[in-house]
Amino acid sequence: MTVHFNKEGFEKALASGQLLMVDFWADWCGPCKMLAPVIEGLGDDYEGKAVVGKINVDEEQELAIRYGVMSIPTVIFFKDGEEVARKVGVLPAAQFTEVLDNYLG
Amino acid sequence: MEQDIIVLGCGPAGLSAAVAARSRNKRVLVIGNPVEESPLARAERVDNYLGLPGLTGLELLQTMKKHAETMGAQMLAGRVNAIMAWNGSFALTVGSDVYQGRALILAPGVVHATKYPGEEKLLGRGVSYCATCDGMLYRGRRVMVVGRTKDAPEEANFLQSIGCRVAYVSKERPEHLKMEVDHLSGTKLEVLGEDRVTGLRLDGEEHPCDGVFILRQAVAPGDLLPGLAVEDGSITVNRAMETNLEGVFAAGDCTGKPWQVSKAVGEGLIAGECAAEYLDNLQKNT
Repeated sequence: MTVHFNKEGFEKALASGQLLMVDFWADWCGPCKMLAPVIEGLGDDYEGKAVVGKINVDEEQELAIRYGVMSIPTVIFFKDGEEVARKVGVLPAAQFTEVLDNYLG
Repeated sequence: MEQDIIVLGCGPAGLSAAVAARSRNKRVLVIGNPVEESPLARAERVDNYLGLPGLTGLELLQTMKKHAETMGAQMLAGRVNAIMAWNGSFALTVGSDVYQGRALILAPGVVHATKYPGEEKLLGRGVSYCATCDGMLYRGRRVMVVGRTKDAPEEANFLQSIGCRVAYVSKERPEHLKMEVDHLSGTKLEVLGEDRVTGLRLDGEEHPCDGVFILRQAVAPGDLLPGLAVEDGSITVNRAMETNLEGVFAAGDCTGKPWQVSKAVGEGLIAGECAAEYLDNLQKNT
């Protein structure tokens, strides 16, 4: 499952400390649309192990600014409430699973 | 609609590939810059294209384009800014639109893509190749547009219209740049910043900014398709014009010298036929 975060939902997930992968995206971004099925697939694959979510940078500008998102899609990984990794651009699923698996140990 | 084959580039190689693939009844979409912007369009006279000497480069291109269109190839003027292989097909983005195809033919010509110092390091950290994609993230901020294409001034105008504070960087101020957009003149560029862009050094002078949009004729194929084998700037291909990536073919100047129309047309034909055959074999095996 992939969660669509607003600020409140995101803060809550972050505070839980669990492994979190968040895709910053927007409607007007073609590459984001292209990446969407990959992110959704990972949401299903990692169900119960990591939280996979999406943040619309138009609706949640504050979060985009807080994390210095300067190009979308940007995928940021959090663990124990801290950023642990970041991937920018359209990348194959393996690039994301590598980070997830690494932090799942 | 998903295409059978997507061709990148509408020069002689791309158009020849499109004609060959259409002859095998494949659905073909050709994505490229307008033919007027092709380097060949600037040739005053091409005398070594067999059987048709004496045409200008532009006449030759227009004739070829018409041929491909008559054969039923679809044409799209635009630049591809990302490619992703996904479940046995390819998704490509042109601005905010996504196109899908099951095989790819790369025929972008020679892409002059010598990067500026700092560009690679800060890509995605303030350096962007796509105004439509990332412009909104820079509203209210200072951005530089390094324009290396004909339509770059329009992209700068677009960025200004959504609320970015834009300065356009080129040798001379382009005609279609809106009055509100600043212009900086210079040729020697360096993108400055450690973990994010803080400025642009232009002919030795530093200009603070938050973003740098670098707009070139095309993104180098090796950057579009991570893992694509490239040697000395040329895409590595075999006799069937196959690259090292499954379902990806290449033809024309991008595979190496000689940079001649006849060679491009010949390679395009092979790439078009082999891509069609590749798809037929896929179908047989499923």
